[in-house]
Amino acid sequence: MPSFVIPDKCDGCKAQDKTACQYICPNDLMVLDIKTNKAYNRAVDMCWECYNCVKICPTQAIEIRGYADFMPLGGVVQPLRSTDSIMWSVKFRNGKLKRFKFPIRTTPEGSAVPDAGWGTGTDDLKSQLLRTEPESLGTDNLQEL
Amino acid sequence: MNIYENYETVEVTTDLLILGGGMAACGAAFEAAYWAKKNNLKVTLVDKASMDRSGAVAMGLSAINMYVGLKEGKNTLKDYVDYVKNDLMGIVRDDLVANIGRHVDSSVHLFEKWGLPIWKDENEKYINEGRWQIMIHGESYKTIVAEAAKNALKEMEDNGEYYERVFITDPIMEGDRCVGAVGFSVRENKFYVFKAKSVLVAMGGAVHIFRPKSVGEGLGRSWYPPFNSGASAYFTIKAGAEMTCQEVRFVPIRFKDAYGPVGAWFLLFQARATNALGEEYMKTRAGELENWLPYGKNKPIPTSLRNHLMLLDEAEGKGPIYMRTDEAIKNFVAEIEDKKQAARKLKELEKEAWEDFLDMTISQALLWASTDTMPEEKASEISPCEPYFISSHSGASGAWMSGPEDMAPDDYKWGYDNMTTVKGMFAAGDASGASSHKFSSGSFTEGRIAGKSAIRFCVENPEMPEISPEKIEEMKKTTFMPLEIFETHKHYSNDPDVNPNFIKPKMFMFRLQKIMDEYAGGVSKSFKTSESLLQKGMEYLKFLHEDSDKLAAQDLNELMRCWENRQRIWQAESHIRTVMFREETRWPGYLFRTDFPEMKEDWKCFANCKYNPETGEWEMMKREIIELT
Ligand SMILES: Cc1cc2nc3c(=O)[nH]c(=O)nc-3n(C[C@H](O)[C@H](O)[C@H](O)COP(=O)(O)OP(=O)(O)OC[C@H]3O[C@@H](n4cnc5c(N)ncnc54)[C@H](O)[C@@H]3O)c2cc1C
Ligand code: SF4
Ligand code: SF4
Repeated sequence: MPSFVIPDKCDGCKAQDKTACQYICPNDLMVLDIKTNKAYNRAVDMCWECYNCVKICPTQAIEIRGYADFMPLGGVVQPLRSTDSIMWSVKFRNGKLKRFKFPIRTTPEGSAVPDAGWGTGTDDLKSQLLRTEPESLGTDNLQEL
Repeated sequence: MNIYENYETVEVTTDLLILGGGMAACGAAFEAAYWAKKNNLKVTLVDKASMDRSGAVAMGLSAINMYVGLKEGKNTLKDYVDYVKNDLMGIVRDDLVANIGRHVDSSVHLFEKWGLPIWKDENEKYINEGRWQIMIHGESYKTIVAEAAKNALKEMEDNGEYYERVFITDPIMEGDRCVGAVGFSVRENKFYVFKAKSVLVAMGGAVHIFRPKSVGEGLGRSWYPPFNSGASAYFTIKAGAEMTCQEVRFVPIRFKDAYGPVGAWFLLFQARATNALGEEYMKTRAGELENWLPYGKNKPIPTSLRNHLMLLDEAEGKGPIYMRTDEAIKNFVAEIEDKKQAARKLKELEKEAWEDFLDMTISQALLWASTDTMPEEKASEISPCEPYFISSHSGASGAWMSGPEDMAPDDYKWGYDNMTTVKGMFAAGDASGASSHKFSSGSFTEGRIAGKSAIRFCVENPEMPEISPEKIEEMKKTTFMPLEIFETHKHYSNDPDVNPNFIKPKMFMFRLQKIMDEYAGGVSKSFKTSESLLQKGMEYLKFLHEDSDKLAAQDLNELMRCWENRQRIWQAESHIRTVMFREETRWPGYLFRTDFPEMKEDWKCFANCKYNPETGEWEMMKREIIELT
């Protein structure tokens, strides 16, 4: 069913002006049911299983049940994302479990400095050099064909 | 009162308007912010989703597919151009490819500084997946890039801003110049009018034009993300831009059904693909490559030819086709004599294999788990996906661009780098054509090139164009028409989806997909078509196009779906027209013309098309290939 919400765990993001899952879904599928204060996926067959709603939900209320038209039941893949790494639990249909942890970024969230400290070699709008070049290229000039 | 009057009109005046928030748009924002600040100009970016996770990199990626390695002396610019040209069977713009190539490494170095973890060896050198690809821990790739782009806009203070959840529909034209865009909020009752001196189109490619292989819940599991619906093609065509390579769709071979990536398996793990009999079609069918010279004899063998050989095996009933993951891993481990070391290597390979999917196609990991597949023990099926339009990958469709001033031949330039044939309208990433294989890093880079150039355009064309209020009012009506249609007719029927007075976007999409699949060479036809089939398809497409005026929406979300399908149909029409125009077969594993089954020397040219917004007529034309290498 692609993404689905476990009602017992969803707190509607504590009635903030926008919920986390609604904020993030690139296909605008997650909505909050005002009556129940629970989120739901409004068009499961347009879900990419991108897991962005799953990763962002503060209460781990969202899971993915693989597309029923080709996935046998029983597999579960669930992430736990922190600011610098992500931990994946993979449960197989036969019950086997695997865990993987990968780094996701090397700098603190929000800290990306656009020019990364590299200067730009020209002020000329007509020059072919781009912002931070040639320093960020690591070469003296643009290579020619 | 008409429905559209319930929607507040919000006017935004800016200098450069960037449409989209994906890789190319983020590159454009990063670059333009700097040059705009120097010239006291304003930059505004608009995305239909949230930049943190919008576009094709929403899920993350496990590799950067374009890194030339100029600093390391790994490759030359010429190597890169030759590689891309061969993959596209000779049909590329050398100048555009070389331009991206000479800058792309700089973008990758920036990504690393911003916080993207790139795999490195013990000497601190990037680890390559293949010759042009480097491995990353890329779960947060898009988040990091979007953060840098937003920070760049922040550096401009009041002169840098971005709008999220605003869906762009049409270009605003004044004479032959593009002077902005209109759109609507998918969350609030607002109609947006963005007025600008220059407009940079970067709204990605298109999917769900052809019928996907899964049509139940799996409908959304297209390889290409279901949220890119051809907005770039629609916008540029409607503005009257000349388009190129609209016939060049991309058919990726991927792990079957969940469409997991195969790159790491072929390149990093050196796995073989075989048919069910264990035969390696790339070897047993090598003779077929002779029919596609000179491209068939060069390494790497072009993507469309590799597809073609596989399809020939499938047509002979030799499927399923397998990626021999088990064998590949065993081969790696077999080379290690020490048992403990071998076990460690196996663990490492297993982790890398799973990360490849978990970073960018999580469904594939879920499918492995659901089918009890351990890649080291069992081979997995691979198969061709349905066709997509993604010129930044191994497709090529998009706007015809003015090339770099210092490199492009005269026929390929008319003013500003990366400007379309429409004055003031720039394009990058999947929106620009004939410059394939730019991928995430190259799209970002092309956005930078276009961003700087568009700021130059603003400086040299400082007058703020006038826009007629009547025209805007007209565009507003058109934008909200599907809501109006629903309101007007809803009481006629008991069922909100079944009503003779209108068509809902979902069924509209299915009709389009059926036409394209059956007449324009989709999956069910093994990517084969012919003049007579295309003619018939065109006939049905014309009805559908007329019916697009009767698209109906119950709410803002459905309004967005209506517009997505309106965009798709223009991508579809330009595709059929150009496929029909090119009377040969050039990319056999993407598209096979059964009436012209061979490649022809006199078609070694670009097939371009142009829609005339005044007359509603299409013009088809050939453009010469001017090689620089
Ligand atoms: C499955 C998959 C795997 C890939 N793997 C790799 C890889 O391993 N390595 C690699 O380097 N590259 C890879 N690529 C290629 C890479 O993702 C693209 O080249 C790149 O994202 C293209 O950038 P873009 O800006 O043109 O489009 P996108 O990044 O897709 O951005 C499009 C933007 O336009 C916005 N938009 C769309 N329509 C509208 C509208 N109507 N109004 C407003 N905004 C709109 C979207 O929200 C989005 O922000 C992969 C692509 C896919 C699909
Ligand atoms: S993010 Fe989680 S808690 Fe918040 S509304 Fe969505 S499902 Fe509920
Ligand atoms: S998995 Fe992705 S596409 Fe599906 S609802 Fe969640 S965020 Fe949206």
